[in-house]
Amino acid sequence: MKLVAVSAGLTQPSSTRLLTDRLVEATVRAVGDEVNVEEVNVGEVNVEEVEVEVVELRDLATDIANNFVTGFAGRALRAAQEAVTSADGLIAVTPIFTASYSGLFKSFFDVLDPESLEAKPTLIAATGGTPRHSLALEHALRPMFAYLHAVVAPTAVYAAAEDWGNDDGLPDRVRRAATELAGLMRHRAPAREERLVPFAEQLAALTREP
Amino acid sequence: MKVQFGIFSVGDVTTDPTDGRTPTEHERIKAMVAIALKAEEAGLDVFATGEHHNPPFVPSSPTTMLGYIAARTSRLILSTATTLITTNDPVKIAEDYAMLQHLADGRVDLMMGRGNTGPVYPWFGQDIRQGVPLAIENYALLHKLWREDVVDWKGRFRTPLQGFTSTPRPLDGVPPFVWHGSIRTPEIAEQAAFYGDGFFANNIFWPKEHFQRLIELYRERYAHYGHGTPEQAIVGLGGQVFMRAKSQDAVREFRPYFDNAPVYGHGPSLEDFTAETPLTVGSPQEVIDKTLTFRDSFGDYQRQLFLMDHAGLPLKTVLEQIDILGEEVVPVLRKEFAIGRPANVPDAPTHLSRLGEKNS
Repeated sequence: MKLVAVSAGLTQPSSTRLLTDRLVEATVRAVGDEVNVEEVNVGEVNVEEVEVEVVELRDLATDIANNFVTGFAGRALRAAQEAVTSADGLIAVTPIFTASYSGLFKSFFDVLDPESLEAKPTLIAATGGTPRHSLALEHALRPMFAYLHAVVAPTAVYAAAEDWGNDDGLPDRVRRAATELAGLMRHRAPAREERLVPFAEQLAALTREP
Repeated sequence: MKVQFGIFSVGDVTTDPTDGRTPTEHERIKAMVAIALKAEEAGLDVFATGEHHNPPFVPSSPTTMLGYIAARTSRLILSTATTLITTNDPVKIAEDYAMLQHLADGRVDLMMGRGNTGPVYPWFGQDIRQGVPLAIENYALLHKLWREDVVDWKGRFRTPLQGFTSTPRPLDGVPPFVWHGSIRTPEIAEQAAFYGDGFFANNIFWPKEHFQRLIELYRERYAHYGHGTPEQAIVGLGGQVFMRAKSQDAVREFRPYFDNAPVYGHGPSLEDFTAETPLTVGSPQEVIDKTLTFRDSFGDYQRQLFLMDHAGLPLKTVLEQIDILGEEVVPVLRKEFAIGRPANVPDAPTHLSRLGEKNS
């Protein structure tokens, strides 16, 4: 199985990437647990089966801007788009800027083929300076991914600066969200097949009353 | 002619970024004519004009322009790039282009396109969400008007016809050859394949992988509909070049035009864009080398059009470019493309070749 994380953190290292890595790690573990519970032959299954790729949007910032201008994605951006499209599960993490996802985060999804997230198991997460921005996940990220027909895990994970200095529940939320994503990935609906409409059918559709 | 080579023009009025001068519409229209005449003089085969209905573009009335060029040329094939099959009345297209075909003694073909300017649809009373159905229905009617003397017809988008004859009838009973242009829509490749028409992929702004899928689909469906093998399907491609004897001179001269070009300016670097797309800025030999790779990517094909007169390049420069193309590039490409081209791959269609097929 392939798990792809998109991290829109801007500094290096960033707390957005830190949260991304925690979520990835927890999801890989949760997929392993799921498999162990379900499969009879436990011995053959291990967490190595999950292939992980993390896309750092900072590295693609210029390519994303160029895509807006030219209408096509350059090589590096194309590779990132293909990774996201082919993933069995997606973890999308952004810093909260001005009451919403960052512009870079939104831009990446603006230039992605809108059908590529259809039925995609997705975990949304965000970071911010204070906990007061946490509902941006529910008001901004969740509707955006709903629009793209992703299947978004019910638990979204927000990490404020202070969460890195206490044990007030961030690890629990990470674990809960990861377990949900792992479940969605294991029981994922098959992707819809692309189908070319034969010409006769296209013509016939026009002769029917609208 | 195995492969036709030519020029296609968008007809944009763009300020020259090097001196800030903007041509008038009159100057630009006359420049397009001068470019077409130069194309014939330089030994090229095709001149194609775009169709637009908004500034800063001048060519809203292609048959008027092409009719004028027809009178001043004797060999050049006159085409469009594109004809808006969605918002033009197919009856008027049938009449206008049959008339042009007679005046030009058969030196006419068309490229159908849907158009990418949103407001043009409502300006002409159409709905952009119906773009593909409009292209399908309108072309089906056009196809019929050119092939049946008396047409009874009823469709979704236009008033019905009873006992209608489109005049003049196509020259020698042979309708103009039609290319269908699309940069992303499989339905249009399917349409071209269904009719056995040509498919033109204007590949100049995007990486080749994208167009390989579309052209492969067209070729496969062309065979499916019984017009021949996939290799026999009729494919046209775009190209975009700027040449000087020395590569670095070409880059230095073209860079300000690239950096400020309406389509891709203020985006990627010239170097990145040339690596990813067919754009070649360099010596004639570099243009030859790049163009020869199109055959490896897309198979043997029938028509190669170059975009040369955009982004504010002055007319004098464009005419020089066409001379270089005609003298140093196209003769070599003709020779190279002929080598190893399978005998069963058809030559580019012309009025004469199609008349021959009709009579045989």
